[in-house]
Parts: sequence; structure tokens; C-alpha cells
Amino acid sequence: MEAVSQGIESLTQRHMEAKMTIPADRQFDSPMKDREHRSGNPETALLPSSSPVQLIDSSGTHRHDDRYPLPDGDELVRAYARLVTGRRVNDQANALVRQGRMAVYPSSHGQEACQVAAAVVLDKQDWLFPTYRDTVAVITRGVDPLEVLTLLRGDWHSGYDPYEHNVATQATPLATQLLHAVGVAHAAKLRGENTVVLALCGDGATSEGDFHEALNFAAVFHVPVVFFVQNNEYAISVPLKNQSVAPSLAHKGIGYGMPGERVDGNDVAALLSVLGAAVSRARDGGGPSLVEAHTYRMQAHTNADDATRYRSAADVDSWIPKDPLSRMRTYLRNLNLLDDAAEARFAAEADFLAASIRDGLNEEVEVDPQDLFAFVYSQKTSQLREQAEMLREELTREEIPS
Amino acid sequence: MTQIAERPAGSARDSTAVPVTFAKALNAALADAMEADASVLMFGEDVGPLGGVFRVTDGLTARFGEERCFDTPLAEAGIVGMAIGMAMNGMRPVVEMQFDAFAYPAFEQVVSHVAKIPNRTRGRVMLPMVIRIPYAGGIGGVEHHCDSSESYYAHTPGLTVLAPATVRDAYTMLREAIALPDPVVFLEPKKLYWSKEELDLTELRRTFDEQTGLRSIGSAVVARAGTDATLIAYGPSVPTAMAAAAAAAAEGRSLEVIDVRSIVPFDDETVCASVRRTGRAVVIAEAPGFASVASEIVARVQERCFHALAAPVLRVTGFDVPYPSPKLESYYLPSVDRILDAVDALQWED
Repeated sequence: MEAVSQGIESLTQRHMEAKMTIPADRQFDSPMKDREHRSGNPETALLPSSSPVQLIDSSGTHRHDDRYPLPDGDELVRAYARLVTGRRVNDQANALVRQGRMAVYPSSHGQEACQVAAAVVLDKQDWLFPTYRDTVAVITRGVDPLEVLTLLRGDWHSGYDPYEHNVATQATPLATQLLHAVGVAHAAKLRGENTVVLALCGDGATSEGDFHEALNFAAVFHVPVVFFVQNNEYAISVPLKNQSVAPSLAHKGIGYGMPGERVDGNDVAALLSVLGAAVSRARDGGGPSLVEAHTYRMQAHTNADDATRYRSAADVDSWIPKDPLSRMRTYLRNLNLLDDAAEARFAAEADFLAASIRDGLNEEVEVDPQDLFAFVYSQKTSQLREQAEMLREELTREEIPS
Repeated sequence: MTQIAERPAGSARDSTAVPVTFAKALNAALADAMEADASVLMFGEDVGPLGGVFRVTDGLTARFGEERCFDTPLAEAGIVGMAIGMAMNGMRPVVEMQFDAFAYPAFEQVVSHVAKIPNRTRGRVMLPMVIRIPYAGGIGGVEHHCDSSESYYAHTPGLTVLAPATVRDAYTMLREAIALPDPVVFLEPKKLYWSKEELDLTELRRTFDEQTGLRSIGSAVVARAGTDATLIAYGPSVPTAMAAAAAAAAEGRSLEVIDVRSIVPFDDETVCASVRRTGRAVVIAEAPGFASVASEIVARVQERCFHALAAPVLRVTGFDVPYPSPKLESYYLPSVDRILDAVDALQWED
């Protein structure tokens, strides 16, 4: 078992660095002390707004909110450009599924404002924990789209290096990743790092036990996590009313002693402001919070789903006027913050990205059968060495022409 | 590994050796690992000021602070899930599941993430973490406190599964588990927590610090040399196998005992070398025998040693029933008599 015994030598660089950078005598803040020092939160301060925070309504008009300032024009224009790109990524990915280039694509069509805001409110050292429907958020954070789509093309279960942009792998099980987010934040806090973690999940995931455990752990250990629930009203076919009868999902925060807030999930301005405040609060030592975005899954769960079996076209159509792109475009055009030239540029950038995705996914990628055994353990066990050799021999035999 | 790992001779003659319990050896291993590396953390239920329900974490909070050894809310998926995130971000968490059956709420985190994240990320995200589980029976425990759950973990690729049986191994194997870049399920036989060996912990620590590479992970050990048949056991069944070998010796039969100690990775070489020498084997484990680690060992031995075998490889395991209540457990557990009966059935007349 010599190979296994070499494992001790192959510690990851990250762990070597951690070992070196945590002084053994570091004075940690006590979680108990943190709680005592927290600014006195009357219970009502933990409750969300009586209706979702909205800064730009569906007609493209600014609605003033005393608590949440409107991001400046430049920031909104940049966000709009990313919305255009995000929509284009969703459309392109759907097309690639139809063409058989990808196995499946859970689209965030209609949820692009949530996707963009979740990524852009974070700093470089922060972490994003996405789900399978958050491809646009991952790409907005800077991960190479082709590496992101590796999962859905079927080459490998995840195609990017989580440490390159501090983006965890896209979670397929529901809510399990929220606990990993808490752990990353807890480790960062122990080391005194200025890191905030934003963890995404959907409305269905709030029914899972891990959602509850993650929020409770985050609150008890007072760690810098923003839990961001995209409530798109459906968990595959099951509507929200079958998941929860809470006044809102954001109300669940008070049960854990953390503030909850709800926001119009199709209003990128409100999302930037609300999520930005939650991230700042976490960064400043204010602890975790829960943000619920009210949005809508405009398309079926995936291409394998038939949404006509559980919801009417009229229901879907009622959300078309609330589209996150059209309202922001109207707002920006009305204020002359967006002109034809800028629109043409954004469209061209989105087209360019879509073309690179298309071209990339049209290339055949060779998979190496030996990769099956390469990453199970830091060093292959003798059993895996035997099995790898067996497969190698099988493949060699197949290559011999008859 | 071509050489048979012989268990080091007891250090009873060493003047600095003192009686050390299995639990104390684990406690010392944790303390030494935390002393050596500030990224090693210990958390779970009642592991803080109480020192764990078996006192394995006794004194760690006082010594290292409540940031490095702490109690969590009572939620096992939460404990393991948070440990994953900490391991992703530079820490080496050690978590305690209070009892074998109380680890089941964490099963999804263990099977879908602990075991798979390194593979999913092509080794970019390693998870150096240890899940300590007090396990198995023989303590008269009530329901949910005596399960032998090793097969669930051993069946999950990506997990390293260890089950020490001696006080010396308790220390060394836990140190190695913490040092390993891969996630480890560390099974601690509850009935052995208060077993004692004469040991010099300072010498044990020095030996570990000076060793290069891992000695115990992936290597079985000959716990007792013999020539007539091989008893293959791990964790709580090793002392039972040793007692059976002693009883057999009194009757003139020489039994070799192999302490598997590392269930995954499994040391085929040491196990099979022994069986090829003796030509007969009995596998002993507390867990129900159907689709178990014991079944796997039998299959591996007969695949590799068929022509050296004088008799079918037999098993002495728990029955295929839920772990029984305290007054029934003696009927369920592998016993010296049941092992000797199995040995007697190894076709000695042929």
C-alpha cells in the first residue's frame, strides 16, 4: 500500500498555506461574545418588508425606498449588459439541448436579474455557491462558459476549478451546498479573512432539512453567509403552496434569529441594493441573512419536463410584462442612460459569447476512460490500480483490428 | 507491500510505559494533531466542555479554545456539511458522530459530497476531514447505539474506512487519518474504549512524528501468528478472534489472526499471504453478514487463494436481524465458541 502512504506528502497547497498562516495563538472572537455584541435586534427588525422590495417597477419606473438606495446609472447599465448576455446564454444553451449537443439545461430564463445580481455583489475573495439552475450566475462571476457547461454536456460532473473564481461546483441535490457555504464562511471567519459567502437555492430547497440546518448553523456561529432563495414558484411541478404556508420564505429567517428580506426577483436594481446590503452586513460582522427573490421560472424545469401538465399558459403569460430585461431597458432608455449604440454593443457581446459557446460545444471532446480512477483518492488504491489495468487491457484488445 | 506487517511487541518492559485506554489514546492523538497543526478543528455534539459522551475529546476545549473544539447544534448533516466547507477552505476538521446510528442523518452529505467532491472536481478540491464514529455493540446499549455501519461507508468509493482494534493503533491511525488528504470514516469500537495497553504516549508521538508516509492506512497486520487457519477480523471482533486463537492453541490448533484495521483501502496482500500459508480462513465481523464487509473479504480471498484453500472460507457474523436489545446481544454477537465451531468446520478430515 505504498501508494496510499505517499498520500501524506500530497497535501494541497491550500492546506499547506492554511497551516502556515494560522498562528496557533491567534485570538479568535468568541461566537458567544459576538452574539452579545450584536446590535440589539428587536424581533420585528428580523422580519422582511411587508411586500417585496422594488426599485424599478415592471413599467420601468423608479419606486423610491427609504431603506434601499437605487444603484447609480453606470452600475445599472453594466447590470443590464449582463442581463442581455445572461438571456443569450440561456437561449443558446436551450438551442444546444435541442440539437443534442447537451444532455439537459435547467434554464434561468426570466430569472436573469437574480443570476446577475448574485454574482456582481461579491468581491473577488468572496464565494458563490450555485445550483444547477445558476449557470448564468457562474458565468457572470467569470467562470469560462465552456467549463461550466461540461457538467451538462456530460464530459465530467464539474468542469471548472472552484478555487479559480471561488465558485463551488453547481449543486444538484437540494440545499446540501448551503452547509458547505457555512463551512467555508466559518473557516474564513476563524482565520480572520474578509470573505463573504453567497449561497443560492430555490423555493423547493427550503423544504429540505439541510436548508434548516444551514441557516441554524450560520446563525449560531454568526458567520458571513447570505442565503439567497430564488422563489420561482415551482419545484419541477410542485407549486410553492405545497412547499410552505409561511407568510413568505423570507419570514423563515426570524426562526433562526437572522433577518429576512424579500425582493422583486425581476428587478435587478432592487436585487443589487438588497443583496449588496446583505453582503455588506455580513462583511462587517453582522452575521448571516436570508433574502428571498420573487421571480418565476418562465420555462419548463428542463427540456425533459412538460410544464403544460401542471400550469396554464395564462399563468406564464402573466409574468411576461414583468420581464427583468424589458423593464430595465425601458428605465435606462427613458433616462437616456442607454442608447442604440450601447444596445448594439451589448447585443454583439452577447452574440460573441453565444457563438463561442456554440463553437466550443460543437467540438468533440475526447474523454479518457482512465479518468474514472484518477481522482477517487489522492493515490490510487491497489484495487483501483487493478481495475484501471483491466479497463486498459479491454480497450487495447478492442483497438486490435479483427 | 510485500512484507508482512508484524505488530510491534508490547512495550510493557519499557519503564515509561503506563496503562493507557483506547479512549485516552484517541484523545492524545487529537490533542497532538491540534498542537501540531492549527488548521485541525474538532466539533460535534457534546464534544466541548463535557469532553464527548465517551470523553474522547476531554480537555480539548480548555486547552485549544472553543474556536477549535466546540459543540454544534444537534444536526449531523449540519456537522458533516459544515466540515466539508471548512475542509474546502483550508481547515482539517475532525467531527464526532455521537453514535453509529446517529450518523445516519448525515448520510447524504457523506455519500453524495464527502465521498464525491474530490472526484467531481478532478482533485482540485480535496477534503482532508475525519468523521469519527463510535460504533458496534457489546456494551448493552439501547437501540440505535450499537450498529455496525461499516458496510454503508465501505461501499462508497472515495471514502477511506478505518477500524482500529488496539490502543496503539487508535493513536497512530487517528493521527494518520487526520494527516491524510482524503476524507476518512474512523470507526471506534465502543466496547474497546476502556481497554488498556501498556504504552508510552511520548514514544508513540515521536514515532509518528518521525515516520514518513502512512503505516497503517491500507495495511493489515498479523495480530497473532499461526499455521493451521487464519482468522480475519477488524475493530471489535479482533479481541474475540484473539481469544478464540488462544483457546484453540490450548486444544493444539495454531490459528493466525489478521487485524484488517483498514477496511478501505483493503490490504489483499497481507490477508491472502496468510490464507495461502494456512489454507483455511474464517472471517469475523459483528455486522449482519448479508452484503457485508465480511462477504467482500470472503469473495476476495476465494478469488485470489482458491487453489491454496483446503476448505470453503466461512464467516462468523451478526445474524441478519436488527441489532438486538441488551439481553439478546450475546446470542447475536460473534463469540469465541461460534468462531471455534467455524474453525472445526473447515474440513480437517479431507
